[in-house]
Amino acid sequence: MKIIVLMKQVANKDAILRINKDATWIEEGDLSYEVNESDGYALEEALRLKEKHGGEVVVCSMGPQRVKAVIKDALARGADRAIHVVGDELTRLAPLPAARALAEAIRAEQADLIMTGLQSDDNGYGQTGVIVAELLGLPHATIVIELDASDDKLRVKRELENGWYQWYEMPRPALLTIQSGISQIRYATLKGIMAAKKKEIREVAPTSDMTSGAPDQRITKIYFPQKTKQTQFLGDGDAKAGAAQLAEKLRTEARVF
Amino acid sequence: MANGILVFAEHRAGAFGKTTFEAMAAGQQLGAALGQPVTAVVLGTDAALAQEIAGYKLDKVVSVENALLSDYTPDGYADALEQAIKTLAPQFVLMPHTYLVRDCAPKLAARFGRDVISDCVRASVADDAVTFARRIFLGKIDADVVPVGEPPIFATVQSGAYRAEQAERGTATVETMPVEVGVVRMKPEAPFQEVKQAVDLTKADVIVAVGRGIKSQENLALVQGLADALGAELAASRPICDAGWLPIDRQIGSSGQTVAPKLYIALGISGAIQHLVGMKNASTIVAVNKDPEAPIFDIADYGIVGDLFEVVPVLTEEIKRLKG
Repeated sequence: MKIIVLMKQVANKDAILRINKDATWIEEGDLSYEVNESDGYALEEALRLKEKHGGEVVVCSMGPQRVKAVIKDALARGADRAIHVVGDELTRLAPLPAARALAEAIRAEQADLIMTGLQSDDNGYGQTGVIVAELLGLPHATIVIELDASDDKLRVKRELENGWYQWYEMPRPALLTIQSGISQIRYATLKGIMAAKKKEIREVAPTSDMTSGAPDQRITKIYFPQKTKQTQFLGDGDAKAGAAQLAEKLRTEARVF
Repeated sequence: MANGILVFAEHRAGAFGKTTFEAMAAGQQLGAALGQPVTAVVLGTDAALAQEIAGYKLDKVVSVENALLSDYTPDGYADALEQAIKTLAPQFVLMPHTYLVRDCAPKLAARFGRDVISDCVRASVADDAVTFARRIFLGKIDADVVPVGEPPIFATVQSGAYRAEQAERGTATVETMPVEVGVVRMKPEAPFQEVKQAVDLTKADVIVAVGRGIKSQENLALVQGLADALGAELAASRPICDAGWLPIDRQIGSSGQTVAPKLYIALGISGAIQHLVGMKNASTIVAVNKDPEAPIFDIADYGIVGDLFEVVPVLTEEIKRLKG
């Protein structure tokens, strides 16, 4: 079974974000990056399928050279090889152009399964995987929390809202978007890190017609959201003083004890 | 010439959810601002469900019908909605940002050479041009987004961004539209709930919740101490349960429990929308986070910008002391 995992590099979740001068995007100069959380779970699930059923796991990521960090980490965890779609602005593409570039990069691989996270932690469109499936003519399932890909069949458990779930049966090849928490993610071993150095990373450039066409949605301005509540900030930078004030307020204002 | 707003009225097992009426309210407001008619579209096997929507102020309700639409599948819904949109030629297609819509809307939009302006919290109109606002970076930042190119323009509306009660009542005619549905490749089984949850957090008056800021499972003991001092239940955001540090029946948010306690203390929780929807109706919300821009502070009554490992021991001792 050949499995392709689409992974995105995003701003570190703990990073303090600053808005750039034009208010068109965040300051990226000193930003630290990490793998998109749910994409990490997609990789883990792909590696487990390979261990169970054999086959190959191919990682595909898109963006400037810095995304090599995500690719190398995936190879160290056990992916067999990688495709890097190289371009400076590619991590900021709207979902349709992003999906076009990814679909073209992996089309010839003829994978049995394509897996990715359910949405990115930066732009959060939550669409790229589904559109890749549509462009490749594949069935898809989103927000998958458990799956069975033994023999030729594919059975997936989808998360619905409010604690409901649903199983789907579908043919392969197919594309699945994976929910965080589907399994426990492994760490890369030293042996894995050493082995990764010899693994293939194939660079491809997206053809211009994929990404040069007008996007169909454009960000004009970004800003911090307006607060809906007047928050009383306590402690003024002194966390311990804030804690003492808070206890008092919970007693006298909120009257919770 | 494309004209009008098409609202997708989602139902599950024959019942319309609150988010459908929120999307309808958004559609009615957009329609009023643009001077365009608003149509609702209902997918199913017959017109019975569409009649339920006909009591709202809409130009019309279109019942899109095919035997294969009895259960939701992305293949079936995309085929049906594609034909409905081609026939009705709306300028905007508004949908609630539900798990179902997230599953089929990108596929549908791609067939029109578009993607979806997803998870919008606002839409504003100036000179007949619409600007949508959506949350990015897990709710930390808002982005104003304008659609570019030819309609239909697809947008989804975040749960809670509009109020369902704002959907205006009226009378609408119901039209039926039989559609063709091609091969449906996925076979859905009946939806189910996991075994009854052992912990019912909805009954708790006070909840102490932890997020990724807790850093390790061992550190939970510290927070448990605070919960004990307050007589509170311990809860968590999704990553903590994903990591297996707390069982899933202590998870708050869209995929866990929805609570409205008297006091909710969020420790090291940044406040992604998936968490906020599960706790924003708490009477008093306290947030402790190192990041002053964490979205949890947007809904907090009391906030401490700082390290929870400094705050929690002091807070626990002070509460014990004040309780005497």
